[in-house]
Amino acid sequence: MRTIAIFKRVLQEMFRDKRTLALMFMAPLLILTLIYFLFQSNNDQTTTLGVQNVNSTLVKAIDNDHVTIQQVAPSASAKRVIRQKDYAGVLVQKSDKLTLTLQNSDQSKSAILKQSLQAAQIKLKTQAMATTLKRQGQALQKLQQALAAATRNPNVAQNPAGAPNVPSYKLTTHYLYGNADSTFFNTLLPIMMGFVVFFFVFLISGIALLKERTTGTLYRLLATPVKRSEIINGYLVGYGLFALIQTLLIVFYSIFVFKIQILGSIWNLLIINVLLAFVALTLGLFISTFAASEFQMVQFIPVVVIPQIFFSGIIPINQMAHWLQPIARIMPLYYGADAMSNVIEKGANFMNIGFDLTILLGFAVLFLMLNMVTMRRYRQV
Amino acid sequence: MSETIHVSNLQQGYGKTVVLHDINLSIQSGEILALIGPSGAGKTTLVSTIMGMLKPQQGQVTVLGQTMPNRQLLAKIGYMAQTDALYEALTARENLNFFGAMQGLTPEQLKQQIPYAAGVVNLQDDLDTRVQAYSGGMKRRLSLAIALVSDPELLILDEPTVGIDPELRQQIWQELHQLATKGKTILLTTHVMEDAEQADQLMMIRNGAAIAQGTPKQLIAAYHVDSVEAVFLKAGRQQDENNRHI
Repeated sequence: MRTIAIFKRVLQEMFRDKRTLALMFMAPLLILTLIYFLFQSNNDQTTTLGVQNVNSTLVKAIDNDHVTIQQVAPSASAKRVIRQKDYAGVLVQKSDKLTLTLQNSDQSKSAILKQSLQAAQIKLKTQAMATTLKRQGQALQKLQQALAAATRNPNVAQNPAGAPNVPSYKLTTHYLYGNADSTFFNTLLPIMMGFVVFFFVFLISGIALLKERTTGTLYRLLATPVKRSEIINGYLVGYGLFALIQTLLIVFYSIFVFKIQILGSIWNLLIINVLLAFVALTLGLFISTFAASEFQMVQFIPVVVIPQIFFSGIIPINQMAHWLQPIARIMPLYYGADAMSNVIEKGANFMNIGFDLTILLGFAVLFLMLNMVTMRRYRQV
Repeated sequence: MSETIHVSNLQQGYGKTVVLHDINLSIQSGEILALIGPSGAGKTTLVSTIMGMLKPQQGQVTVLGQTMPNRQLLAKIGYMAQTDALYEALTARENLNFFGAMQGLTPEQLKQQIPYAAGVVNLQDDLDTRVQAYSGGMKRRLSLAIALVSDPELLILDEPTVGIDPELRQQIWQELHQLATKGKTILLTTHVMEDAEQADQLMMIRNGAAIAQGTPKQLIAAYHVDSVEAVFLKAGRQQDENNRHI
């Protein structure tokens, strides 16, 4: 009964505050749309390479969709050319020595140039090998013909063993998850879905309870026979509902606007995000104990929220330094994002995400306990 | 008449600092007791302890025959805090509904009680206005209405008359006296002497100790002065002298 009254009050207050309401529901969509466009077209980056005295065969081998070749006057200094013309790099050949000077203000452009140069060298080497093979094959053939003529055995001439049979492979790629059009956005979306719910619930619920502390309503509330757990439960149900609506909004937006295919069940996504919201809520309420003002609450974002983004799977955990990897295991968002990715990209079912959900539940219970303890400060029974 | 509040040998404080010591207090049902004293004297700490928000460091507090702290008993206490603890985004009616529900009132009871409580403080015409549009005095009155809404046996009012105009103050005191004749007990803190003179019993607190206790008439007679204010000043000087001798 009291839990319902608190739940009703949380909703009433939220609906009166139209701006916060809009922030909770519109901001995630704005952020996701931005990310969608930012990570869409990362494949058609082109760079400009200046070449000076470089063998034309090599230049032809380097030339591909990502590199534009510009001839550089033979006397110009590579560094000066890069500065003046803003080339990503200049390749200089002196007899058989190649020197590549890179601008390196954009590492991805440097990488493209290095790759293209390497690919060109391999291409040239294989070409050279093929020519040698061809020549050897021709020599062999001549030898065989001569031999055949000598022995008068026509079968030998047909022996294909010496033919320059360079196998040409045709590559077909199959994708277990996603398709050829998958971009980094597909990896990012499930993580961001979990993150926005976590972030907004953390911040808004934390500030809401902080306001209750500073205006004295929390103390006033505890001067009634309400149980501490009833207060927390009222908040849980209220903000759980917001997380639910937020998740549905993001999921449908992703399906209809981004045309993202969600392989798993939407119910599982809702379960994950509601649990994640519970963790965010209980953490937000707990953290708000240590803040004396809204501004101090915001100061906790770089400490509590931002590190979670880094460990949520945006950077693959197994690519991190070994000593860093265990840190991910204490980040609630890591488990939430992992479960989200598995459901959206791999179609994981409830059993598959059971472990992640259990851990999230554990976090929620832990923070819940801490909240009960800190509320004791206001009323000792 | 039965005893509503009994405090014996109470020592209270936060951590190692002692805020109150040797407090003995007894209030009968139907009595109005005013705690008077300068700010920082420990009035709010005493009130919190009587409500059971704090556990006594030493001594005992019983309210309506039960040892405090006792969460269930808070349903029988109407509390008005020193600061206006109101939800500003909600209307007055929504605030009353919410706190009433917290006190354990059913929606039917609330429908009856809200017009009564709002009537006592003259807020019946502004019930559906949001609290953020209220003036300071209106907020104070709404806080008092919230304390009254559950028709409690014991009313604890922390500085109830701050920011309330004289006319309404008279009206509120009339209502308080009426409640007392119905057998309700009222404990209030104040540093306004006019309020103190209206109370049945006075307890003067200074530097964490009770320096004078009794009815206003008894005290005026005992200290050979002509007003409650003079009693307070004289009792204060005596306390300082005693401390100097120790």
